[in-house]
Amino acid sequence: MSESRPIKALFQVGAVVLALGITVLVLLATGAPPFAALGSIAKGAVGNLNVASDVVVAWVPLLLVTAGLLATFTVGLWNIGIEGQITLGAIFATWALRSFEGGAVSPGLALVLAFAAGAAGGAVWAMLVGALKTFGGVNEIFGGLGLNYVATALNIWLIFGPWKRPGVASMSGTVPFDKAYWLPTVSEQSRLAPAAVAVAIAGIALIFALVQGTYFGLRLKAVGKNPKAAYLLGIPTWQYMIVSFAICGALAGLAGAIQVSAVYHRLIPSISSGYGYLGLMVAMLVNYSAALAAPVALFFAALNVGSIQLPIIHKLDSSLSGVLQGTLVLFVILGDGLRKRLMGKGRSGS
Amino acid sequence: MSGEILLVGLAGVLASAGPIVFAAVGEAITERAGITNLSMNGLILLSAMGSFAATLATGSIALGILAGAAIGAAVSAIVALSSITLKQSQVAVGFILAMLCRDLSYFLGNPIMGQPGPRLVQAPLPYLKDIPIAGPLLFRQDLMTYMSYLLVILAWLYMNKTRPGLVLRGLGERPAAAYARGADVHRLRYLYTIAGGALAGIAGPMYSLSIKAGWKGTITGLDGMGWIALAITIFGGWSPIKIAFGAWFFALLQWLGIVLQPAMPSVPSQVLQVAPFPLMILTLLFVNMGNAEWVESMLARLPEKPRRALAKFLRAVNVKPPAALGTPFEKD
Repeated sequence: MSESRPIKALFQVGAVVLALGITVLVLLATGAPPFAALGSIAKGAVGNLNVASDVVVAWVPLLLVTAGLLATFTVGLWNIGIEGQITLGAIFATWALRSFEGGAVSPGLALVLAFAAGAAGGAVWAMLVGALKTFGGVNEIFGGLGLNYVATALNIWLIFGPWKRPGVASMSGTVPFDKAYWLPTVSEQSRLAPAAVAVAIAGIALIFALVQGTYFGLRLKAVGKNPKAAYLLGIPTWQYMIVSFAICGALAGLAGAIQVSAVYHRLIPSISSGYGYLGLMVAMLVNYSAALAAPVALFFAALNVGSIQLPIIHKLDSSLSGVLQGTLVLFVILGDGLRKRLMGKGRSGS
Repeated sequence: MSGEILLVGLAGVLASAGPIVFAAVGEAITERAGITNLSMNGLILLSAMGSFAATLATGSIALGILAGAAIGAAVSAIVALSSITLKQSQVAVGFILAMLCRDLSYFLGNPIMGQPGPRLVQAPLPYLKDIPIAGPLLFRQDLMTYMSYLLVILAWLYMNKTRPGLVLRGLGERPAAAYARGADVHRLRYLYTIAGGALAGIAGPMYSLSIKAGWKGTITGLDGMGWIALAITIFGGWSPIKIAFGAWFFALLQWLGIVLQPAMPSVPSQVLQVAPFPLMILTLLFVNMGNAEWVESMLARLPEKPRRALAKFLRAVNVKPPAALGTPFEKD
């Protein structure tokens, strides 16, 4: 705790430099021009207003799932099932919008109800993981992973079965909703919905306030730090675990609802787009603190959007963004361990 | 379906379970030493891509398989370094590597995507191949599938019948006791993490040089196999023989999903393909339920007869992880 901040910062800068270095090496290995490729990513993320707004569009679901994951990480749980929770949110929201389309309810209210349905869908799917963990002893990583695949199957079954397009079912998804039921965006062509941005910011603010400023958050932390001790102090640990799963699932479900109502305007097969797994990376990189989640998620979203240019300009795979993100998180964590080891040795001499 | 076609199908099931056997037995060895290697999913993809690239470059399948093992060992060395020396969360680093290696394999594999390449040939074993039923089922496979049988037997013998195997189990159960008896816990944990990773790395070339020959990027259909292998490690109670049955059972379910497809045209193939996953959750539930407190208290309230039967069943299927799995060891 007493170690100086500059040393910590030095290790983090070192991690960034190493991650960039490895990414450049990976680019060289495929014979690609490294700096031109990295330049294309930067230009593809902030080069003009259109791509910059796409970055914000990608930031919204990423920030929401990261916020949710901070709740489960606080109680010491690995919610890998978050991908399925996004998918279930999208399915529930689609179901709500399909039921209200052309009905008695006004489009505005229908959208609000669709968001509520999405949050409920995600929460239910997450609590299922929680119940398997607390009552069945099934590790949340495997329960979550299994349910991710089940969610994907359910999604595809709906798209090809009960909700298929009239005539031919296809991987392009369900019939788009009536335009009146699209979440309003800043302009006709844009997919940037101010309401979605507001929901995401509210989500992370809520988690920040909950964990940092409430008695409930304090108890969550106690469960995460030492479940046995917390239990002996009279905190019903399993209830706190289930509740944190529900919070995380609800936020993931909202992300799913936003993807269908604002971005795709329909349900598509890969609706979660890997944002859940990416959110886990963001949460690890910010060391599970809500304060840094928003800027780091924005950076990761920019990398994802920018790398879309790679196949177009350089005939490279867009997974380079994942390589950069992965090496970054890896080196930050390895650097953290190395720093603690070196500092620990310096102090106690053991 | 005639008997002969059925046998060919089931022989295919054994072959397609081979890589999962390698990965899950490798993981079991690592976890028995007290380390969880969660990177499996990315590790298998990267070794599949890397071994195919190595085979394309050298023209040698043997070198390709070695490259796969080397990649598995290298990735696992990072897991060992971070968890044993740097004392970071095994789950965190494993998950990061699972993601990173997957993206790395897609990116680096882009230039060789869809290229034709050499693949392992079937090598029916003389005499054995003519045994009725067992011949076509077990002994008309490629070399690596035979290796998967051999691995199960050797790993079981090593764990249960040798002295180093006893020490290995001690590392994961009571590292302090193993240390007191003179075992270098950290060094051995490094060794078993890297060795287990090398075995798991062989799963990659078994896909890219045989079962799903070639490299097809995101549509290769390998994404997810590593997670399955991790689940089968638990399902098999960290025992190579039970793991093999788990892998065969899983491969059988996947095969059934494919052959039953025509009978259910209304169900998209992707849906049947995931049938093993809910079953995986159910089996994990069964094998772990005996560890839950409420089950015990519920059992206590049951009348004598069903209580005994149920308790016996739960104990029979119950598995317990190595006691020190995931916890760093401090000598003091």
